[in-house]
Amino acid sequence: MLTIKNLCYKTQDKEILKDVNLVFENGINVITGQNGTGKTTLAKILMGIVTATSGQILLDEKDITKLSIDKRAKLGVSLSFQQPTTFKGITVFDMMKLANKDIKTIKDACTYLSMVGLCARDYINREIDKNLSGGELKRIEIATILAKGGKVIIFDEPEAGIDMWAFDDLTNLFLTLKDKIVIIISHQKRIMEISNKIYLFNKDGEIVVTDKTKLFKEVEESKCSTLRSQNANTK
Amino acid sequence: MQTLNKIEKELLEQISSLHNIEECSVNIRKNGQCVVRKTNADIEIESKKDKEGINIFVKDGTKNKGCHIPVILSVSGLTDTVYNDFYIGNDVDITIVAGCGISCGGGKSEHNGIHRFFIGENSKVKYIEKHLGLGNGGERVINPVTKVFMKKNSECNMITTQISGITDSKRTTFARLGENAVLNINETLFTTDNQTCETHFKVVLEGKNSKAHIVSRSVAKDNSKQNFFSSVIGKNACFGHIECDGILTGHARIASTPKIDAGCEDALLVHEAMIGKISNDQILKLMSLGLNKEEAEQEIINGFLSSKI
Ligand SMILES: Nc1ncnc2c1ncn2[C@@H]1O[C@H](COP(=O)(O)OP(=O)(O)O)[C@@H](O)[C@H]1O
Ligand SMILES: [Mg+2]
Repeated sequence: MLTIKNLCYKTQDKEILKDVNLVFENGINVITGQNGTGKTTLAKILMGIVTATSGQILLDEKDITKLSIDKRAKLGVSLSFQQPTTFKGITVFDMMKLANKDIKTIKDACTYLSMVGLCARDYINREIDKNLSGGELKRIEIATILAKGGKVIIFDEPEAGIDMWAFDDLTNLFLTLKDKIVIIISHQKRIMEISNKIYLFNKDGEIVVTDKTKLFKEVEESKCSTLRSQNANTK
Repeated sequence: MQTLNKIEKELLEQISSLHNIEECSVNIRKNGQCVVRKTNADIEIESKKDKEGINIFVKDGTKNKGCHIPVILSVSGLTDTVYNDFYIGNDVDITIVAGCGISCGGGKSEHNGIHRFFIGENSKVKYIEKHLGLGNGGERVINPVTKVFMKKNSECNMITTQISGITDSKRTTFARLGENAVLNINETLFTTDNQTCETHFKVVLEGKNSKAHIVSRSVAKDNSKQNFFSSVIGKNACFGHIECDGILTGHARIASTPKIDAGCEDALLVHEAMIGKISNDQILKLMSLGLNKEEAEQEIINGFLSSKI
């Protein structure tokens, strides 16, 4: 269980997250909402990359609010970045080995690449640099996080840049993780369809916790214009 | 023949790991003298008569052969200057491994290797050069000079590394390319402590459709200083690309001074340079996989320095 208590995040000129209180349980949790509502910021705060202005984060009963990124990573918090980082000279294989010490052979690493639909042989020795396309980087990022594993696995817009036909594979992949706390930031209806809970971030900083049946119904009845316009954009 | 002691063997191993090549000709130079020489019908090696050094003749059509000419300095107080000339015929495919290892205890040792390559038509040369110093204290100085003269349709791939133990160096590379000639240079430098390293590249793209691609990757740590000068001159329809990519840590300094000079409207010359500290995004990414900050920095530097062209 991941508990967020009274979490606030302010920059000099803006209040991005205000008094967030959430509990994430095992299963597929989807966070959705318009651009700029603080979804990525929350993911980074959970990973420890961004420090909250105030508030508390508890993993099970342990207070992890003040822990460094690597300590959280070791406790089982994992984040697949919205924007994957590129390197010079670090190969896909190197990265897999860094993510999981039990990966020793190319074969070990290939398992994870195959899961994200990459022909492992073609990618294993590629450097994770700007010569890879956005979609390729994204898949490698997801494969790295699958290799790392953990208790709380956060995917920030995993579908971005990934072709539509690969969607079934992606959703099936997430379903295999459902005994963990999976948090997926997404705008995709097909990802919401496999969710246990949906967290809708609104422009005014409010977060509505709902489920797919309720949400889709509201969208139908156009009560929730936000999400409707969004799904129209991504179709 | 002088035999090699343990340190000398280690140096040799590190600068000249043998490659998968059918047959090699070898010339090992130790403390100013040739200690091992092995030649064959395709690759002849003879000592120069007027000065220190060797002439290497590679016959036309020689394929899949190698030539190793490592240099070892294991005493201090020695300045070894050597001139090696490679005369490479036409239609050759060869790998040449050179390099210098110095272990001089507390004193000063210096090696100046002047290498010239005359590459024939349609020939392909892979040149690997490693410079390495072992031991604490003292001064280990290396000033390599490499000159490459490339005929029509020839190709030269140079991989040079200087990643540890050299206190001061001035590295000079000159190349002149004929028609359709292709030159790729990948230089890797790593300086620490108070080391200094100066690199000079001058490439003249003389022949039509000649191409040069030069990448220098360097890391400067502690109080070390690196100075990079490059000059690419395009005299014909050609393509030249120079990239200088540097990472700084501690109080180190890297300077890059590029010059590109095109005298033909079909010449295209590009220079890219980037110097900065290790990217924070990269550190954060690796930390999120469970590495601490120091481990993350080490992995980033190792990757950067091992990168291939
Ligand atoms: N480092 C930063 N400094 C200032 N503002 C930021 C920073 N990072 C994000 N923001 C702002 O915070 C808001 C939320 O951003 P983000 O969390 O990326 O939104 P989302 O992921 O929901 O699209 C945006 O208005 C963005 O411009
Ligand atoms: Mg975002």
